[in-house]
Amino acid sequence: MELLQFGDNGWGDELFFATLMTLAVAVTAMLIGFFFALIFTPLKISKNKTLNFIANFYTTVVRGVPELLVIYLFFFGGTAAVMYVAKIFGYEGYIEINAFITGAFSIGIISGAYSTEVFRGAYLSIKRGQFEASKVLGLKTNTSFFKVILPQMLRLAIPNITNVWQITLKDTALISVTGLVEIMRQSYIAAGSTRDPLLFYSVAAVLYLFLTFFSMKILNKLEVHYRRGY
Amino acid sequence: MISSFPKLLSATLITLKLVSASLLFGIFLGTLFAILRTGKNKFLKAFSYYYSYIFRGTPMLVQLFIIYFGLAQIEYLRSSFLWVILKEPYWCAIIAFALNTGAYTSEIIRSAFETIDKGTIEAGESLGISNSKIFYKIKLPIALRQSLPAYGNEMILMLKGTSLASTVTLMDLTGVAKFIISTTYKPVEIFIVAGSIYLLITFLIHSLIKFLEKKYSFNN
Repeated sequence: MELLQFGDNGWGDELFFATLMTLAVAVTAMLIGFFFALIFTPLKISKNKTLNFIANFYTTVVRGVPELLVIYLFFFGGTAAVMYVAKIFGYEGYIEINAFITGAFSIGIISGAYSTEVFRGAYLSIKRGQFEASKVLGLKTNTSFFKVILPQMLRLAIPNITNVWQITLKDTALISVTGLVEIMRQSYIAAGSTRDPLLFYSVAAVLYLFLTFFSMKILNKLEVHYRRGY
Repeated sequence: MISSFPKLLSATLITLKLVSASLLFGIFLGTLFAILRTGKNKFLKAFSYYYSYIFRGTPMLVQLFIIYFGLAQIEYLRSSFLWVILKEPYWCAIIAFALNTGAYTSEIIRSAFETIDKGTIEAGESLGISNSKIFYKIKLPIALRQSLPAYGNEMILMLKGTSLASTVTLMDLTGVAKFIISTTYKPVEIFIVAGSIYLLITFLIHSLIKFLEKKYSFNN
């Protein structure tokens, strides 16, 4: 048990900060995902075939290819791409992108594809009458979207967004391959230096369970909030 | 890009082996735990609940590492016959994947059991069909048919999941792709080739499920 103490003798504080790092990456990735969903959901719903194709290409490829492969693409490709751009501007040196940014961005792109599908589904399950009613009432397109459609979309989307959050949270474990010190990486380091992998990976499992358990509690509260009146 | 193709294709074989073995064991575990979960024994019910809760609540990478790195630490296991299996990364990967997909599959089948129309079972009972026959001839076929679409998604998730095998020294499709990327520094080209192979398999799984759904649909 002394291996898990806080302070210089144990790994307790390291694991605590690693847990915060996992949370930070997961939340950032989720927000990046929402940003992608904000762009691609309208393209999916749009009646324009080309725009549809672009959005479908994004969601199909990202959801059909392993997360690890996407991470490797950005881990190896991201640096190369940034250096290529820098070369155009005359900078020849080596640039390294922060592991946090690479990780959050690659998980964010994946999470965005799932979020896009969720928001599309939510939008499509709003009854036509709602659109017609707001038109008849003479509401502006903006007002109708923000005051009528969006609140209903949130109610329908939140249970599925909760699932996306779970997937995103668990996907962050894969970023450990890029060297970012989150739960998985910290356990790997601790397991290596103490030769006690069973203990540290079990602790990692418990930390993930703790994160999923408590985030579910909070998200369920949110679901109740948006479902009031139903 | 073209020169990497043969290497990636032979790695695809390992990926396919991993997926099919894990799914095979997984569907067995999933059905078993779904039956226990809907059964009457309280202890077995709780056991299958926590099994599925723990395996669905933690990343598969942790599960794989506990089985591959963690279990090797237990002296008792190292000296037992199980060590023949547990020292192989290939079997460790299959065990971890099967336990993981088993948890998700059990949830899929359980919810299918719960959506079976009560009238169907009552009809069977009133015809005087025995309990075990009702289970094997009525409940199970309906539940399996009902879970096909969700199970198709799980198969695709599992296909993507096998990429984790590359973290325990197995050279599957992702492992080989990473190796080629890190030696040639051509991430985009290799990503396109490896990604296309994964998408092709995804498409095949999707078509298979569509075919099965049609074949076993209720109205033909």
